[in-house]
Amino acid sequence: MRRFFLIAPPFAWLLLLFLVPFVIVVKISLSDAALAIPPYVPKFSWAEGIGTYFGQLDFENFTFLTEDDLYWKAYLSSLKIATVSTILTLLVGYPMAYGMARASSEWRPTLMMLVILPFWTSFLIRVYAWMGILSNEGFLNQFLLWAGIIDTPLIILNTNTAVYIGIVYTYLPFMILPIFSALERLDGSLIEAAEDLGCSRLTAFWLVTIPLSKTGIIAGCFLVFIPTLGEFVIPSLLGGSNSLMIGKVLWEEFFSNRDWPVASAVAVILLLILIIPIVLFQRNQQKQQEAEQ
Amino acid sequence: MNKTSWFNVVSLTLGFAFLYIPMIILIIFSFNESKLVTVWAGFSTKWYGELLHNEAFLNAAWVTIKVAVFSSTIATVLGTMAAYVLVRGGRFMGRTLFSGMIYAPLVMPEVITGLSLLLLFIGIGLDRGVLTIVLAHSTFSMCYVSVVVSSRLVTFDRSLEEAALDLGCSAAQAFRLVTLPIIAPAVISGWLLAFTLSLDDLVIASFTTGPSATTLPIRIFSAVRLGVSPEINALSTIMIAIVTFGVITASLITKHQMVRQKREEQEAVRG
Repeated sequence: MRRFFLIAPPFAWLLLLFLVPFVIVVKISLSDAALAIPPYVPKFSWAEGIGTYFGQLDFENFTFLTEDDLYWKAYLSSLKIATVSTILTLLVGYPMAYGMARASSEWRPTLMMLVILPFWTSFLIRVYAWMGILSNEGFLNQFLLWAGIIDTPLIILNTNTAVYIGIVYTYLPFMILPIFSALERLDGSLIEAAEDLGCSRLTAFWLVTIPLSKTGIIAGCFLVFIPTLGEFVIPSLLGGSNSLMIGKVLWEEFFSNRDWPVASAVAVILLLILIIPIVLFQRNQQKQQEAEQ
Repeated sequence: MNKTSWFNVVSLTLGFAFLYIPMIILIIFSFNESKLVTVWAGFSTKWYGELLHNEAFLNAAWVTIKVAVFSSTIATVLGTMAAYVLVRGGRFMGRTLFSGMIYAPLVMPEVITGLSLLLLFIGIGLDRGVLTIVLAHSTFSMCYVSVVVSSRLVTFDRSLEEAALDLGCSAAQAFRLVTLPIIAPAVISGWLLAFTLSLDDLVIASFTTGPSATTLPIRIFSAVRLGVSPEINALSTIMIAIVTFGVITASLITKHQMVRQKREEQEAVRG
Protein backbone atom coordinates (compact mmCIF):
# COMPACT_ATOMS: atom_id res chain seq x y z
CA MET A 1 0.00 0.00 0.00
CA ARG A 2 2.84 2.34 0.89
CA ARG A 3 4.44 1.56 -2.43
CA PHE A 4 1.29 2.67 -4.15
CA PHE A 5 1.58 6.15 -2.60
CA LEU A 6 5.14 6.35 -3.82
CA ILE A 7 4.35 5.27 -7.35
CA ALA A 8 1.06 7.07 -7.85
CA PRO A 9 2.06 10.77 -7.72
CA PRO A 10 4.88 10.77 -10.30
CA PHE A 11 3.01 8.25 -12.44
CA ALA A 12 -0.21 10.27 -12.45
CA TRP A 13 1.71 13.51 -13.05
CA LEU A 14 3.46 12.10 -16.12
CA LEU A 15 0.29 10.52 -17.47
CA LEU A 16 -1.56 13.79 -17.17
CA LEU A 17 1.16 16.19 -18.30
CA PHE A 18 3.14 14.09 -20.70
CA LEU A 19 1.09 11.30 -22.22
CA VAL A 20 -2.33 12.97 -22.41
CA PRO A 21 -0.95 16.15 -24.06
CA PHE A 22 0.73 13.98 -26.61
CA VAL A 23 -2.50 12.14 -27.41
CA ILE A 24 -4.11 15.57 -27.85
CA VAL A 25 -1.42 16.54 -30.38
CA VAL A 26 -2.07 13.40 -32.39
CA LYS A 27 -5.81 14.04 -32.22
CA ILE A 28 -5.53 17.66 -33.37
CA SER A 29 -3.16 16.67 -36.16
CA LEU A 30 -6.08 14.66 -37.55
CA SER A 31 -8.55 17.53 -37.24
CA ASP A 32 -9.25 20.40 -39.62
CA ALA A 33 -8.28 24.01 -39.14
CA ALA A 34 -11.18 26.39 -38.56
CA LEU A 35 -11.81 30.00 -37.73
CA ALA A 36 -12.88 29.32 -34.19
CA ILE A 37 -11.54 29.25 -30.65
CA PRO A 38 -9.76 26.88 -30.38
CA PRO A 39 -9.06 27.03 -34.11
CA TYR A 40 -9.85 23.49 -35.19
CA VAL A 41 -12.81 21.14 -35.74
CA PRO A 42 -14.23 18.70 -34.83
CA LYS A 43 -14.61 19.14 -31.13
CA PHE A 44 -15.41 16.09 -29.15
CA SER A 45 -18.88 15.83 -27.68
CA TRP A 46 -20.47 12.85 -26.01
CA ALA A 47 -23.82 13.69 -27.52
CA GLU A 48 -22.71 12.95 -31.06
CA GLY A 49 -20.98 9.77 -29.99
CA ILE A 50 -17.50 8.45 -30.54
CA GLY A 51 -18.30 6.96 -33.94
CA THR A 52 -19.21 10.23 -35.66
CA TYR A 53 -16.26 11.91 -33.96
CA PHE A 54 -13.74 9.47 -35.38
CA GLY A 55 -15.53 9.65 -38.71
CA GLN A 56 -14.59 13.33 -38.95
CA LEU A 57 -10.88 12.77 -38.42
CA ASP A 58 -8.67 12.36 -41.46
CA PHE A 59 -5.07 12.43 -42.62
CA GLU A 60 -5.58 15.60 -44.66
CA ASN A 61 -2.87 17.56 -42.77
CA PHE A 62 -0.34 14.85 -43.41
CA THR A 63 -1.09 14.76 -47.15
CA PHE A 64 -0.82 18.54 -47.07
CA LEU A 65 2.67 18.23 -45.59
CA THR A 66 3.76 15.98 -48.45
CA GLU A 67 2.27 18.28 -51.08
CA ASP A 68 3.74 21.58 -49.95
CA ASP A 69 7.47 21.33 -50.53
CA LEU A 70 8.25 23.82 -47.73
CA TYR A 71 7.71 21.04 -45.21
CA TRP A 72 9.69 18.19 -46.67
CA LYS A 73 12.45 20.63 -47.54
CA ALA A 74 12.49 21.73 -43.90
CA TYR A 75 12.69 18.11 -42.72
CA LEU A 76 15.52 17.36 -45.14
CA SER A 77 17.40 20.51 -44.29
CA SER A 78 17.02 19.81 -40.53
CA LEU A 79 18.43 16.33 -41.09
CA LYS A 80 21.30 17.79 -43.10
CA ILE A 81 22.09 20.52 -40.57
CA ALA A 82 21.87 18.05 -37.68
CA THR A 83 24.14 15.53 -39.45
CA VAL A 84 26.78 18.03 -40.54
CA SER A 85 26.90 19.73 -37.16
CA THR A 86 27.13 16.38 -35.34
CA ILE A 87 30.18 15.49 -37.44
CA LEU A 88 31.72 18.92 -36.84
CA THR A 89 31.09 18.64 -33.09
CA LEU A 90 32.76 15.23 -33.09
CA LEU A 91 35.79 16.63 -34.91
CA VAL A 92 36.14 19.44 -32.39
CA GLY A 93 35.13 17.41 -29.33
CA TYR A 94 37.17 14.24 -29.81
CA PRO A 95 40.61 15.87 -29.62
CA MET A 96 39.48 17.79 -26.54
CA ALA A 97 38.16 14.67 -24.80
CA TYR A 98 41.37 12.88 -25.77
CA GLY A 99 43.52 15.69 -24.40
CA MET A 100 41.50 15.71 -21.17
CA ALA A 101 41.82 11.95 -20.72
CA ARG A 102 45.58 12.21 -21.21
CA ALA A 103 46.03 15.17 -18.90
CA SER A 104 47.54 14.54 -15.49
CA SER A 105 45.09 13.61 -12.76
CA GLU A 106 45.52 16.91 -10.90
CA TRP A 107 44.35 18.76 -13.96
CA ARG A 108 41.39 16.59 -14.86
CA PRO A 109 38.82 17.93 -12.35
CA THR A 110 39.58 21.51 -13.43
CA LEU A 111 39.27 20.61 -17.10
CA MET A 112 35.98 18.80 -16.38
CA MET A 113 34.70 21.88 -14.61
CA LEU A 114 35.70 24.06 -17.56
CA VAL A 115 33.68 21.82 -19.89
CA ILE A 116 30.65 21.68 -17.62
CA LEU A 117 30.53 25.38 -16.73
CA PRO A 118 29.24 26.60 -20.12
CA PHE A 119 26.59 23.88 -19.97
CA TRP A 120 25.10 25.53 -16.88
CA THR A 121 25.20 28.97 -18.45
CA SER A 122 22.09 30.08 -20.27
CA PHE A 123 21.76 28.55 -23.72
CA LEU A 124 20.19 31.74 -25.02
CA ILE A 125 23.12 33.86 -23.81
CA ARG A 126 25.65 31.54 -25.40
CA VAL A 127 23.89 31.78 -28.74
CA TYR A 128 23.53 35.54 -28.34
CA ALA A 129 27.28 35.88 -27.73
CA TRP A 130 27.90 34.72 -31.28
CA MET A 131 25.63 37.37 -32.80
CA GLY A 132 28.14 40.06 -31.88
CA ILE A 133 31.02 38.01 -33.18
CA LEU A 134 29.68 36.89 -36.52
CA SER A 135 27.90 40.01 -37.75
CA ASN A 136 29.30 42.06 -40.63
CA GLU A 137 30.96 44.56 -38.35
CA GLY A 138 31.51 41.91 -35.67
CA PHE A 139 34.72 40.87 -33.96
CA LEU A 140 35.59 38.09 -36.34
CA ASN A 141 35.41 40.37 -39.36
CA GLN A 142 37.23 43.18 -37.55
CA PHE A 143 39.98 40.78 -36.62
CA LEU A 144 40.32 39.28 -40.09
CA LEU A 145 40.33 42.73 -41.72
CA TRP A 146 42.91 43.96 -39.23
CA ALA A 147 45.09 40.91 -39.82
CA GLY A 148 44.85 41.54 -43.54
CA ILE A 149 43.41 38.10 -44.26
CA ILE A 150 40.33 39.48 -45.99
CA ASP A 151 39.49 42.77 -47.75
CA THR A 152 35.74 42.76 -47.50
CA PRO A 153 33.77 41.55 -44.47
CA LEU A 154 32.54 37.97 -44.65
CA ILE A 155 28.82 37.45 -44.43
CA ILE A 156 28.40 34.77 -41.79
CA LEU A 157 25.52 35.81 -39.56
CA ASN A 158 22.15 34.69 -40.94
CA THR A 159 23.66 31.85 -42.95
CA ASN A 160 23.90 28.11 -42.33
CA THR A 161 27.57 28.53 -41.37
CA ALA A 162 26.49 30.58 -38.36
CA VAL A 163 23.98 27.86 -37.45
CA TYR A 164 26.74 25.23 -37.58
CA ILE A 165 29.02 27.33 -35.39
CA GLY A 166 26.20 27.92 -32.92
CA ILE A 167 25.33 24.23 -32.68
CA VAL A 168 28.95 23.09 -32.29
CA TYR A 169 29.47 25.71 -29.64
CA THR A 170 26.39 24.98 -27.54
CA TYR A 171 26.39 21.19 -27.84
CA LEU A 172 30.15 20.61 -27.44
CA PRO A 173 29.94 19.51 -23.76
CA PHE A 174 27.44 16.78 -24.71
CA MET A 175 30.00 15.36 -27.14
CA ILE A 176 33.06 15.72 -24.90
CA LEU A 177 31.69 14.16 -21.71
CA PRO A 178 30.71 10.66 -22.97
CA ILE A 179 33.87 10.36 -25.10
CA PHE A 180 35.99 11.50 -22.16
CA SER A 181 34.45 8.92 -19.84
CA ALA A 182 35.09 6.18 -22.43
CA LEU A 183 38.69 7.30 -22.97
CA GLU A 184 39.35 7.66 -19.26
CA ARG A 185 38.52 4.00 -18.70
CA LEU A 186 40.77 2.92 -21.55
CA ASP A 187 43.74 0.88 -20.43
CA GLY A 188 46.92 2.65 -21.55
CA SER A 189 48.88 -0.59 -21.67
CA LEU A 190 46.79 -1.70 -24.67
CA ILE A 191 48.18 1.17 -26.71
CA GLU A 192 51.69 0.46 -25.51
CA ALA A 193 51.21 -3.18 -26.50
CA ALA A 194 50.10 -2.12 -29.98
CA GLU A 195 53.12 0.16 -30.30
CA ASP A 196 55.45 -2.58 -29.06
CA LEU A 197 54.01 -4.90 -31.65
CA GLY A 198 55.05 -2.49 -34.37
CA CYS A 199 52.09 -0.14 -34.83
CA SER A 200 52.87 3.49 -35.45
CA ARG A 201 51.22 5.86 -32.98
CA LEU A 202 48.64 6.81 -35.57
CA THR A 203 47.82 3.20 -36.43
CA ALA A 204 47.61 2.35 -32.75
CA PHE A 205 45.21 5.25 -32.28
CA TRP A 206 43.13 4.11 -35.23
CA LEU A 207 43.11 0.41 -34.39
CA VAL A 208 42.92 0.54 -30.59
CA THR A 209 41.80 3.89 -29.20
CA ILE A 210 38.99 4.66 -31.65
CA PRO A 211 37.29 1.22 -31.45
CA LEU A 212 37.53 1.20 -27.65
CA SER A 213 35.95 4.64 -27.39
CA LYS A 214 33.21 3.71 -29.86
CA THR A 215 30.35 3.65 -27.36
CA GLY A 216 31.35 7.11 -26.16
CA ILE A 217 31.48 8.42 -29.71
CA ILE A 218 28.07 6.97 -30.53
CA ALA A 219 26.52 8.30 -27.32
CA GLY A 220 27.98 11.77 -27.93
CA CYS A 221 26.78 11.84 -31.53
CA PHE A 222 23.21 10.97 -30.57
CA LEU A 223 23.24 13.46 -27.70
CA VAL A 224 24.05 16.15 -30.25
CA PHE A 225 22.00 14.87 -33.18
CA ILE A 226 18.69 14.25 -31.39
CA PRO A 227 18.19 17.71 -29.84
CA THR A 228 19.57 19.63 -32.83
CA LEU A 229 16.98 18.07 -35.12
CA GLY A 230 14.20 20.00 -33.38
CA GLU A 231 16.36 23.04 -32.54
CA PHE A 232 14.60 26.40 -32.58
CA VAL A 233 16.71 29.07 -30.86
CA ILE A 234 19.90 28.68 -32.92
CA PRO A 235 18.36 28.83 -36.41
CA SER A 236 16.09 31.71 -35.44
CA LEU A 237 18.88 33.86 -33.97
CA LEU A 238 21.90 32.91 -36.08
CA GLY A 239 20.29 31.48 -39.20
CA GLY A 240 18.80 33.36 -42.10
CA SER A 241 15.58 33.01 -44.00
CA ASN A 242 17.08 30.08 -45.91
CA SER A 243 18.23 28.08 -42.92
CA LEU A 244 15.08 26.02 -42.73
CA MET A 245 14.70 23.93 -39.65
CA ILE A 246 11.62 22.06 -38.64
CA GLY A 247 11.53 23.44 -35.11
CA LYS A 248 11.32 26.94 -36.57
CA VAL A 249 8.64 25.91 -39.06
CA LEU A 250 6.54 24.39 -36.28
CA TRP A 251 6.93 27.55 -34.19
CA GLU A 252 5.89 29.80 -37.07
CA GLU A 253 3.03 27.54 -38.10
CA PHE A 254 1.70 27.80 -34.57
CA PHE A 255 2.42 31.39 -33.57
CA SER A 256 2.27 33.22 -36.90
CA ASN A 257 -0.14 31.20 -39.04
CA ARG A 258 -2.16 29.94 -36.09
CA ASP A 259 -2.67 26.68 -37.92
CA TRP A 260 -2.81 24.26 -35.00
CA PRO A 261 -3.66 21.09 -36.94
CA VAL A 262 -0.74 21.56 -39.33
CA ALA A 263 1.64 22.44 -36.46
CA SER A 264 0.51 19.25 -34.70
CA ALA A 265 1.04 17.17 -37.83
CA VAL A 266 4.55 18.66 -38.19
CA ALA A 267 5.23 17.63 -34.57
CA VAL A 268 3.96 14.08 -35.09
CA ILE A 269 6.19 13.53 -38.13
CA LEU A 270 9.23 15.04 -36.36
CA LEU A 271 8.69 12.56 -33.56
CA LEU A 272 8.36 9.64 -35.97
CA ILE A 273 11.71 10.66 -37.52
CA LEU A 274 13.28 10.90 -34.07
CA ILE A 275 12.20 7.41 -33.01
CA ILE A 276 14.96 5.77 -35.09
CA PRO A 277 17.93 7.62 -33.54
CA ILE A 278 16.37 7.38 -30.06
CA VAL A 279 16.02 3.59 -30.31
CA LEU A 280 19.59 3.29 -31.61
CA PHE A 281 20.82 5.48 -28.76
CA GLN A 282 19.00 3.38 -26.15
CA ARG A 283 20.56 0.23 -27.60
CA ASN A 284 24.03 1.76 -27.45
CA GLN A 285 23.50 2.72 -23.80
CA GLN A 286 22.27 -0.78 -22.95
CA LYS A 287 25.28 -2.35 -24.64
CA GLN A 288 27.54 -0.08 -22.67
CA GLN A 289 25.85 -0.98 -19.37
CA GLU A 290 26.15 -4.69 -20.15
CA ALA A 291 29.82 -4.25 -20.99
CA GLU A 292 30.41 -2.56 -17.66
CA GLN A 293 28.83 -5.33 -15.63
CA MET B 1 47.99 7.98 -19.62
CA ASN B 2 50.14 10.79 -18.33
CA LYS B 3 51.93 11.85 -21.45
CA THR B 4 51.51 15.49 -22.32
CA SER B 5 52.14 15.90 -25.98
CA TRP B 6 52.06 19.18 -27.83
CA PHE B 7 49.06 17.91 -29.79
CA ASN B 8 46.95 17.53 -26.63
CA VAL B 9 47.99 20.89 -25.28
CA VAL B 10 47.16 22.61 -28.57
CA SER B 11 43.78 20.92 -28.95
CA LEU B 12 42.79 21.71 -25.38
CA THR B 13 43.94 25.31 -25.64
CA LEU B 14 42.09 25.88 -28.91
CA GLY B 15 39.02 24.06 -27.64
CA PHE B 16 38.75 26.04 -24.45
CA ALA B 17 39.51 29.26 -26.29
CA PHE B 18 36.55 28.45 -28.56
CA LEU B 19 34.34 27.79 -25.52
CA TYR B 20 35.34 30.85 -23.52
CA ILE B 21 36.33 33.68 -25.87
CA PRO B 22 32.74 34.46 -26.95
CA MET B 23 31.66 34.82 -23.33
CA ILE B 24 34.70 36.90 -22.44
CA ILE B 25 33.98 39.28 -25.30
CA LEU B 26 30.36 39.48 -24.18
CA ILE B 27 31.42 40.36 -20.63
CA ILE B 28 34.01 42.95 -21.73
CA PHE B 29 31.53 44.76 -23.92
CA SER B 30 28.95 44.96 -21.16
CA PHE B 31 31.29 47.60 -19.67
CA ASN B 32 31.47 49.56 -22.90
CA GLU B 33 30.53 53.23 -22.87
CA SER B 34 29.16 53.23 -26.41
CA LYS B 35 25.80 51.90 -27.53
CA LEU B 36 27.60 50.05 -30.30
CA VAL B 37 28.57 46.67 -28.99
CA THR B 38 31.46 46.18 -31.36
CA VAL B 39 33.40 49.41 -30.90
CA TRP B 40 35.18 50.07 -27.63
CA ALA B 41 34.59 53.60 -26.32
CA GLY B 42 35.82 53.48 -22.74
CA PHE B 43 34.87 51.82 -19.48
CA SER B 44 31.45 52.42 -17.99
CA THR B 45 28.93 50.65 -15.83
CA LYS B 46 26.00 52.66 -17.10
CA TRP B 47 24.27 49.68 -18.74
CA TYR B 48 24.06 47.98 -15.37
CA GLY B 49 22.45 51.12 -14.00
CA GLU B 50 19.93 51.20 -16.81
CA LEU B 51 19.16 47.57 -16.22
CA LEU B 52 18.23 48.33 -12.62
CA HIS B 53 15.67 50.85 -13.83
CA ASN B 54 14.22 48.65 -16.52
CA GLU B 55 10.87 47.58 -15.04
CA ALA B 56 10.22 45.05 -17.78
CA PHE B 57 13.42 43.14 -17.14
CA LEU B 58 13.05 43.29 -13.37
CA ASN B 59 9.50 41.96 -13.52
CA ALA B 60 10.55 39.22 -15.87
CA ALA B 61 13.42 38.26 -13.58
CA TRP B 62 11.04 38.01 -10.65
CA VAL B 63 8.60 35.82 -12.60
CA THR B 64 11.48 33.60 -13.74
CA ILE B 65 12.81 33.09 -10.22
CA LYS B 66 9.33 32.31 -8.88
CA VAL B 67 8.77 29.74 -11.62
CA ALA B 68 12.21 28.21 -11.13
CA VAL B 69 11.89 27.85 -7.35
CA PHE B 70 8.44 26.25 -7.47
CA SER B 71 9.04 24.02 -10.46
CA SER B 72 12.43 22.74 -9.31
CA THR B 73 11.05 21.92 -5.86
CA ILE B 74 8.09 20.01 -7.29
CA ALA B 75 10.42 18.32 -9.78
CA THR B 76 12.84 17.26 -7.05
CA VAL B 77 10.12 15.68 -4.91
CA LEU B 78 8.48 13.86 -7.81
CA GLY B 79 11.77 13.00 -9.50
CA THR B 80 13.25 11.49 -6.33
CA MET B 81 10.10 9.43 -5.82
CA ALA B 82 10.25 8.27 -9.41
CA ALA B 83 13.92 7.34 -9.11
CA TYR B 84 13.28 5.41 -5.92
CA VAL B 85 10.41 3.54 -7.53
CA LEU B 86 12.45 2.71 -10.63
CA VAL B 87 15.52 1.50 -8.77
CA ARG B 88 13.93 -0.10 -5.69
CA GLY B 89 10.29 -0.56 -6.60
CA GLY B 90 10.58 -4.00 -8.16
CA ARG B 91 7.91 -4.95 -10.65
CA PHE B 92 4.56 -3.24 -10.82
CA MET B 93 1.86 -2.77 -13.37
CA GLY B 94 2.82 -0.19 -15.99
CA ARG B 95 6.49 -0.14 -15.08
CA THR B 96 7.60 -0.12 -18.71
CA LEU B 97 5.24 2.74 -19.49
CA PHE B 98 6.48 4.59 -16.40
CA SER B 99 10.17 4.30 -17.23
CA GLY B 100 9.35 5.21 -20.83
CA MET B 101 7.62 8.37 -19.66
CA ILE B 102 10.63 9.22 -17.47
CA TYR B 103 13.10 8.97 -20.33
CA ALA B 104 11.02 10.28 -23.22
CA PRO B 105 10.92 13.95 -22.14
CA LEU B 106 14.73 13.97 -22.05
CA VAL B 107 14.93 13.44 -25.79
CA MET B 108 11.68 15.13 -26.77
CA PRO B 109 12.23 18.31 -28.81
CA GLU B 110 11.20 21.32 -26.77
CA VAL B 111 8.86 22.57 -29.48
CA ILE B 112 6.83 19.37 -29.20
CA THR B 113 6.71 19.38 -25.40
CA GLY B 114 5.67 23.02 -25.45
CA LEU B 115 3.03 22.57 -28.12
CA SER B 116 1.49 19.50 -26.48
CA LEU B 117 1.27 21.10 -23.04
CA LEU B 118 -0.27 24.24 -24.48
CA LEU B 119 -2.91 22.21 -26.25
CA LEU B 120 -3.66 20.42 -22.97
CA PHE B 121 -3.98 23.66 -21.01
CA ILE B 122 -6.32 25.11 -23.60
CA GLY B 123 -8.25 21.84 -23.71
CA ILE B 124 -8.96 21.87 -19.99
CA GLY B 125 -9.50 25.64 -19.96
CA LEU B 126 -6.63 26.50 -17.62
CA ASP B 127 -5.63 30.18 -17.70
CA ARG B 128 -2.08 30.50 -18.91
CA GLY B 129 0.45 32.23 -16.67
CA VAL B 130 2.88 31.41 -13.89
CA LEU B 131 0.96 28.29 -12.88
CA THR B 132 1.06 26.70 -16.33
CA ILE B 133 4.79 27.40 -16.76
CA VAL B 134 5.43 25.84 -13.35
CA LEU B 135 3.46 22.73 -14.34
CA ALA B 136 5.33 22.49 -17.65
CA HIS B 137 8.77 22.98 -16.13
CA SER B 138 8.13 20.54 -13.28
CA THR B 139 7.19 17.89 -15.83
CA PHE B 140 10.37 17.91 -17.86
CA SER B 141 12.74 18.68 -14.99
CA MET B 142 11.46 15.83 -12.83
CA CYS B 143 12.79 13.47 -15.48
CA TYR B 144 16.28 15.00 -15.22
CA VAL B 145 16.13 14.86 -11.43
CA SER B 146 15.10 11.23 -11.53
CA VAL B 147 18.03 10.34 -13.82
CA VAL B 148 20.51 12.09 -11.52
CA VAL B 149 19.07 10.57 -8.34
CA SER B 150 18.71 7.06 -9.74
CA SER B 151 22.34 6.99 -10.84
CA ARG B 152 23.24 7.57 -7.19
CA LEU B 153 20.71 5.02 -5.91
CA VAL B 154 22.12 2.35 -8.23
CA THR B 155 25.64 2.70 -6.88
CA PHE B 156 24.93 2.76 -3.17
CA ASP B 157 25.22 -0.24 -0.94
CA ARG B 158 21.79 -1.63 -0.24
CA SER B 159 22.93 -3.55 2.81
CA LEU B 160 23.05 -0.25 4.73
CA GLU B 161 19.29 0.09 4.31
CA GLU B 162 18.78 -3.55 5.20
CA ALA B 163 20.88 -3.14 8.32
CA ALA B 164 18.70 -0.24 9.42
CA LEU B 165 15.57 -2.33 8.86
CA ASP B 166 17.07 -5.25 10.78
CA LEU B 167 17.91 -2.94 13.65
CA GLY B 168 14.26 -2.03 13.99
CA CYS B 169 13.74 1.00 11.77
CA SER B 170 10.46 1.27 9.91
CA ALA B 171 10.78 1.65 6.15
CA ALA B 172 10.09 5.36 6.44
CA GLN B 173 12.71 5.77 9.16
CA ALA B 174 15.26 3.82 7.15
CA PHE B 175 14.61 6.10 4.21
CA ARG B 176 14.89 9.26 6.30
CA LEU B 177 17.90 8.22 8.39
CA VAL B 178 19.94 6.17 5.93
CA THR B 179 18.88 6.54 2.31
CA LEU B 180 18.16 10.24 2.22
CA PRO B 181 21.46 11.41 3.75
CA ILE B 182 23.37 9.21 1.31
CA ILE B 183 21.52 10.37 -1.80
CA ALA B 184 21.29 13.99 -0.57
CA PRO B 185 24.11 15.31 -2.79
CA ALA B 186 22.37 13.82 -5.83
CA VAL B 187 19.03 15.28 -4.75
CA ILE B 188 20.63 18.69 -4.32
CA SER B 189 22.35 18.58 -7.67
CA GLY B 190 19.06 17.40 -9.17
CA TRP B 191 17.35 20.45 -7.70
CA LEU B 192 20.08 22.75 -9.03
CA LEU B 193 19.82 21.15 -12.46
CA ALA B 194 16.03 21.60 -12.45
CA PHE B 195 16.45 25.18 -11.29
CA THR B 196 18.88 26.10 -14.08
CA LEU B 197 16.83 24.27 -16.70
CA SER B 198 13.84 26.33 -15.67
CA LEU B 199 15.80 29.62 -15.60
CA ASP B 200 17.10 28.85 -19.05
CA ASP B 201 14.03 27.65 -20.85
CA LEU B 202 12.67 29.78 -23.66
CA VAL B 203 10.72 27.46 -25.91
CA ILE B 204 8.46 25.63 -23.46
CA ALA B 205 7.81 28.83 -21.49
CA SER B 206 6.85 30.68 -24.69
CA PHE B 207 4.28 28.04 -25.53
CA THR B 208 2.80 27.68 -22.07
CA THR B 209 2.72 31.29 -20.90
CA GLY B 210 -0.02 33.82 -21.25
CA PRO B 211 0.07 37.62 -21.47
CA SER B 212 0.26 37.91 -17.66
CA ALA B 213 3.63 36.19 -17.23
CA THR B 214 6.77 36.95 -19.22
CA THR B 215 9.92 35.17 -18.18
CA LEU B 216 13.43 36.55 -18.58
CA PRO B 217 14.40 34.29 -21.50
CA ILE B 218 11.25 35.35 -23.37
CA ARG B 219 12.09 39.01 -22.71
CA ILE B 220 15.72 38.52 -23.76
CA PHE B 221 14.74 36.62 -26.88
CA SER B 222 12.41 39.33 -28.10
CA ALA B 223 15.05 42.01 -27.42
CA VAL B 224 17.84 40.01 -29.04
CA ARG B 225 15.85 39.38 -32.21
CA LEU B 226 16.25 43.09 -32.94
CA GLY B 227 20.02 42.84 -32.61
CA VAL B 228 22.80 43.07 -30.06
CA SER B 229 22.49 45.59 -27.25
CA PRO B 230 24.81 46.48 -24.36
CA GLU B 231 21.97 46.16 -21.87
CA ILE B 232 21.55 42.50 -22.77
CA ASN B 233 25.31 42.10 -22.42
CA ALA B 234 25.10 43.50 -18.90
CA LEU B 235 22.22 41.19 -18.03
CA SER B 236 24.10 38.21 -19.50
CA THR B 237 27.19 39.09 -17.47
CA ILE B 238 25.18 39.10 -14.25
CA MET B 239 23.67 35.73 -15.13
CA ILE B 240 27.07 34.25 -16.04
CA ALA B 241 28.51 35.53 -12.76
CA ILE B 242 25.70 33.94 -10.72
CA VAL B 243 26.04 30.61 -12.50
CA THR B 244 29.83 30.53 -12.19
CA PHE B 245 29.60 31.28 -8.50
CA GLY B 246 26.90 28.65 -8.04
CA VAL B 247 28.70 25.91 -9.94
CA ILE B 248 31.99 26.48 -8.16
CA THR B 249 30.33 26.55 -4.73
CA ALA B 250 28.29 23.45 -5.50
CA SER B 251 31.32 21.53 -6.69
CA LEU B 252 33.30 22.51 -3.59
CA ILE B 253 30.43 21.38 -1.37
CA THR B 254 30.05 18.02 -3.10
CA LYS B 255 33.80 17.46 -2.99
CA HIS B 256 33.84 18.20 0.72
CA GLN B 257 30.84 15.94 1.32
CA MET B 258 32.31 13.09 -0.69
CA VAL B 259 35.53 13.22 1.32
CA ARG B 260 33.58 13.24 4.56
CA GLN B 261 31.30 10.43 3.48
CA LYS B 262 34.20 8.26 2.42
CA ARG B 263 35.88 8.83 5.75
CA GLU B 264 32.70 7.95 7.64
CA GLU B 265 32.20 4.82 5.58
CA GLN B 266 35.73 3.72 6.23
CA GLU B 267 35.34 4.36 9.93
CA ALA B 268 32.10 2.39 9.95
CA VAL B 269 33.81 -0.55 8.26
CA ARG B 270 36.67 -0.48 10.73
CA GLY B 271 34.06 -0.42 13.51
